[in-house]
Amino acid sequence: MTALLEVKNLSKSFGGLVAVNNVSFALEAGRITALIGPNGAGKTTCFNLVAGAMRPTSGQVVFDGHPIENAPPELVCRMGIARTFQIVRPMRDMSVLENAMVGAFSWTRSVDEARSTAYESLESVGLAGKANARTDQLTLPDRKMLETAKALSTRPRLLLLDEVMAGLRPTEAAGVVRVLRKLAEGGLTILLVEHVMRIVMEVASRVVVLHHGAKIAEGRPEEVVADPMVLESYLGAGFHA
Amino acid sequence: MKRWLAGGSVLVVLALVGALASPYLISLLTIVLLFTFLGQSWNLMLGIGGQLSIGHALFVGLGAYSVALLDVKYGVSPWIGLLLGMVIAGSAGAVLAWLSFRFEVRGIYFALLTIAAAEFARIMFGGWEFVGAMQGLFFPAPTGAIDISMLRGDARFYYFIALALAALGIVGTEMISRSYFGYVWRAMRDDEQAARALGVRAFRHKILVIAISAATAAVGGGILALVQGSIFPDSIMGMGLSVDVLIGPVVGGLGTTFGPLVGSLAAIPLNHLMSALGDCLRIPGLNSIAYGVVLVLVVWFLPDGIWPAIVRLGKAVQLPSRLWLLQPRKAEE
Amino acid sequence: MLSLWLNVLASGILLGLVYGLVALGLTIIFGVMRVVNFAHGEMVVFGVYIGYWAVRLWDVPIIVAAAIAAVVMFIFGYFLETLIVKRFVNRPHHYQFIVFIGLSLLFSGALLVAFGPDPRPTASQLSFHTVSLGFVTLDLARLQAAATAGLLITLLGAYLKFSSFGRSLRAAADNRLGGLVVGLNIPRIYAVTFGIGAACAGVAGALISPLFDAQPYLAVDFTLLAFVTVIVGGLGSFSGALLGGLMIGVAEAIAALMFAPSMKTALPYALLILVLIFRPRGFFGAKEI
Repeated sequence: MTALLEVKNLSKSFGGLVAVNNVSFALEAGRITALIGPNGAGKTTCFNLVAGAMRPTSGQVVFDGHPIENAPPELVCRMGIARTFQIVRPMRDMSVLENAMVGAFSWTRSVDEARSTAYESLESVGLAGKANARTDQLTLPDRKMLETAKALSTRPRLLLLDEVMAGLRPTEAAGVVRVLRKLAEGGLTILLVEHVMRIVMEVASRVVVLHHGAKIAEGRPEEVVADPMVLESYLGAGFHA
Repeated sequence: MKRWLAGGSVLVVLALVGALASPYLISLLTIVLLFTFLGQSWNLMLGIGGQLSIGHALFVGLGAYSVALLDVKYGVSPWIGLLLGMVIAGSAGAVLAWLSFRFEVRGIYFALLTIAAAEFARIMFGGWEFVGAMQGLFFPAPTGAIDISMLRGDARFYYFIALALAALGIVGTEMISRSYFGYVWRAMRDDEQAARALGVRAFRHKILVIAISAATAAVGGGILALVQGSIFPDSIMGMGLSVDVLIGPVVGGLGTTFGPLVGSLAAIPLNHLMSALGDCLRIPGLNSIAYGVVLVLVVWFLPDGIWPAIVRLGKAVQLPSRLWLLQPRKAEE
Repeated sequence: MLSLWLNVLASGILLGLVYGLVALGLTIIFGVMRVVNFAHGEMVVFGVYIGYWAVRLWDVPIIVAAAIAAVVMFIFGYFLETLIVKRFVNRPHHYQFIVFIGLSLLFSGALLVAFGPDPRPTASQLSFHTVSLGFVTLDLARLQAAATAGLLITLLGAYLKFSSFGRSLRAAADNRLGGLVVGLNIPRIYAVTFGIGAACAGVAGALISPLFDAQPYLAVDFTLLAFVTVIVGGLGSFSGALLGGLMIGVAEAIAALMFAPSMKTALPYALLILVLIFRPRGFFGAKEI
């Protein structure tokens, strides 16, 4: 297996606070990897560094052989990395379909092509039936899936998902898990930032654990769960499902 | 499609009016249609592109001066002047946008920069002898003969030119709105960060939308100069003109295709009526008061403008079918 | 030659202090409410008219006229906020802009209806008196206006810094939600803030009534001048407004000496454009708005 994305010695500090401290990991193509850790562990910062929304203080992010740590978000997206936002950000005055079309314009100028791609994206997350709805008519799980569909329309090779399952009920989360599995089977590489542990165990083939900005463990879910360091620092705070 | 029927029939009626109406009505409607076009240019920038300009008079003035200078000083056809004006105003807009967005000057700061640039240009033109300074520039008196190559003719001739411009503006706005640019710009308007994460190169798109808006405003300004027969820096580049430009789309409906037309049709005759009334009663500030009250009331009670309210009314009367299409596209910050 | 320059510089600084007071009104409103008052110039002109009428009707000193303007304009601003402005505080900037453009048209129209378009010079005895300080000769009206403006700016600064209301005002400016959470009376703070802003403009107007003829059309110039001042200093910054006022005052004075009179008014805008390009948030501007 080759690494699609490599994070090398990545650090980010805000003033005196070190949010991400010398973190390295690699994502294998076609797999779902999860980045977990307790609140304030630096997951979202790490995620934003990869997505180009922030620049690292030091270290490298290499995507498909190209360094991207200083690229702006739109370029990162155009290279094949799509992201979602933790707080869903639909374009309020555009329909669900129109929202999903925007991403397609990163690789085409044809409105028809964008529209058919948007339908495909919506289909793959189970939102095709609501294509003409307004975004404020969607439920929270639907909005989260719209975020994913918007990202999928950019035809990414790597999908970065920021807490797509936060705030969802277990049955809703199970639906999301099905969608993610199907996407991974289709060859998409996924990096999942999650707080909800149990779901991560179900869906990820590899887990990276952050704590206080540093990586404390990495491996298959069952290995990580058994790691005493992880248990102490993260799960010790209460293993919640 | 009902929307198009309604809008189209308004245009047909306007064409008939042009053939039949009295000279006063024609000259009033010419101004209405020109400001419809200018409103559309402004609307493109804020309603679709999400960038607030409160100094649109800069671009209008650059267009007007390009036409007037070439025509009055060198006898060059206004067609060339219009082209030149588009290039100059478009570049001015692009440079202003580039300078400002390069340093992340945005939102209200960008708006204040547009007004500062407009005022600066107004004062410079007012002190520049070559462009006539405060005495302005005067086109030769009209002979009444229609000459398309020099864009000269009677009031009715200019009326139909203004009508063609307004129609072009409506079709153009709709075409842009439905194109790649329309989607990308609206996404950028609604949430720039999110749009960038989806691959939208916001920096260049913001410059582009401002340049296009500026270039179209220059066309409107060039024709306005011809219609008025003379231009002065204080009126063609002043703050008052910037306000006149945005009243149509705001009253009519921001970001909508027909809003600027409906808004100009409502606001400009009201202004003229009130000035006439003010002159008649010897109360000079009356039109200003009326304008002010209308603006405050519209933003207060019809924040989306008149046109979306008409559409809503139509929806309430008819059964909705594919009516999401009629959803007004309004702009948010 | 040197004394000419010194004179120009001094009169620029004096007028700059008054500009600073005008800008302070604008910046306090923006700092607390995040609202840009595009009708600020009209409020200055209201002050000029108050100065004109107070002197003409009762022949009071300008200082008394300024006090009257402070009270009248505070009440005016307070009620304008509670009746109209507060409905638009949380709306996007372009809506606010349009509302204020509407208000400014309404106000200047009202001035035209009430007093007509002709300029009215305020007949203050001060206008003809001068003070000589060695190289520099200053006219008394300007000196008095500047001194009063400077005093007011200091007092207002102290009030905002040390009084309990001033503290809650600054807290509200810092974080509106936080202010609500800790139980600040935000609607009242907003109304008072708008009142203070209007009063600053009104007082400044009354102070300069011996220097500028009362005329409705002055308003646009004052609005734009206040913007330029505030942006040069940094929107929402107290010291920025003062510094911006001084810079603009001096720049105008120097421009009057060096360029054709018609070009003089262009200099503040040139300064503004340069500042926006090289120091986008002004000299003391907040990082984000």
